[in-house]
Amino acid sequence: MTAPLASAPALETFLTIGGMALATYSSRAAGLALMSRITVTGRMERFMKAIPGAILASIVAPSALTAGPADAIATGITAAIAWKFGNLPIAMIAGVGSALALRALLA
Amino acid sequence: MNTPHASSPAFGPLHFTLRGALDGARACLPIALGVGVYGVLFGLLARQKGLSLTAALSMSSFVFAGASQLIAMDLWGPELPMLSLIATTFIVNLRHVLMGAALTPWLTRLTPGQAYGSLFFMTDESWAVTLGRYSTDLRRGAASDGAWLIGSGLAVYLSWNISTALGHTLVRGLEDPAKYGLDFAFTAVFMALLVGLRPRRCDLLPLIAATAAALLGGKFLPGKWYILAGAFAGGLAAALLPAPAPTSTCSTEEPK
Repeated sequence: MTAPLASAPALETFLTIGGMALATYSSRAAGLALMSRITVTGRMERFMKAIPGAILASIVAPSALTAGPADAIATGITAAIAWKFGNLPIAMIAGVGSALALRALLA
Repeated sequence: MNTPHASSPAFGPLHFTLRGALDGARACLPIALGVGVYGVLFGLLARQKGLSLTAALSMSSFVFAGASQLIAMDLWGPELPMLSLIATTFIVNLRHVLMGAALTPWLTRLTPGQAYGSLFFMTDESWAVTLGRYSTDLRRGAASDGAWLIGSGLAVYLSWNISTALGHTLVRGLEDPAKYGLDFAFTAVFMALLVGLRPRRCDLLPLIAATAAALLGGKFLPGKWYILAGAFAGGLAAALLPAPAPTSTCSTEEPK
């Protein structure tokens, strides 16, 4: 085992971890804290209703569309399987399996 | 994508049962195991950067945010850039604000303790699994269990912390997860959950806007900003398009 050459002092380490924990939790709590205080209607309501799909599409887009044809096709296969079976583990296994196979084939 | 909204009437309190938490945990289990691969990677990097097991586990249990923890290990050194580490963590996690906001119609039907406690455990994965389930409940007119979010979150939490400890103590080298296609597991899960929202034709333009903005964001913005860029583009597209007719399935008006 290679010992690290130097490490950050313990106090600073735990202060930093505490700060990171606060930063993360405030991001997790802020959405509810803000939205439970206002009533959304009209355009704002349509904005909020589009957010879940938009977030999911955004998470998927770069890895699906810019990582080469194998990943793009595998994403399409995953979508088709998910549409047909509506089952998350099946879609995940089909996706990983087809990505592995297509990467080997198209490499 | 039939998410309700806070202004809808007739929403009573939600159940918050152990059974619901266990169902949520079970639904999130496959993806929680996938998260564990990255937890091992984090534990390994943390040891290399000189973090004690206590420090690594404190970070995984109190911060509990995969992307920010891995980025933090990149910036970590004997001279700790504390403020930029904290600021980076906040920026990387800004997407959680929108995720929490999207769950508000359900979270406001829990006690504040249940809601804000559940939110501590919210990750991309447990958020998506829970939202998918609640949308399905809504489509079928079934009652939702408010404990899904904390249940699915705890499954990821346990996996993340156990794998951090494993990576720190046992693992001496890690093969690239891509070798086994494991990197694709996340793309597959989020794609399946997107399909599970059953987008309708009126959702198409916002989804295209989100995809385009995320691709641009991925090219030109650092870190996870592309998710925020895509989310805003999708939301704006939906807000700026003309309101659907009250008779259409896409209408936000309650049926009269």
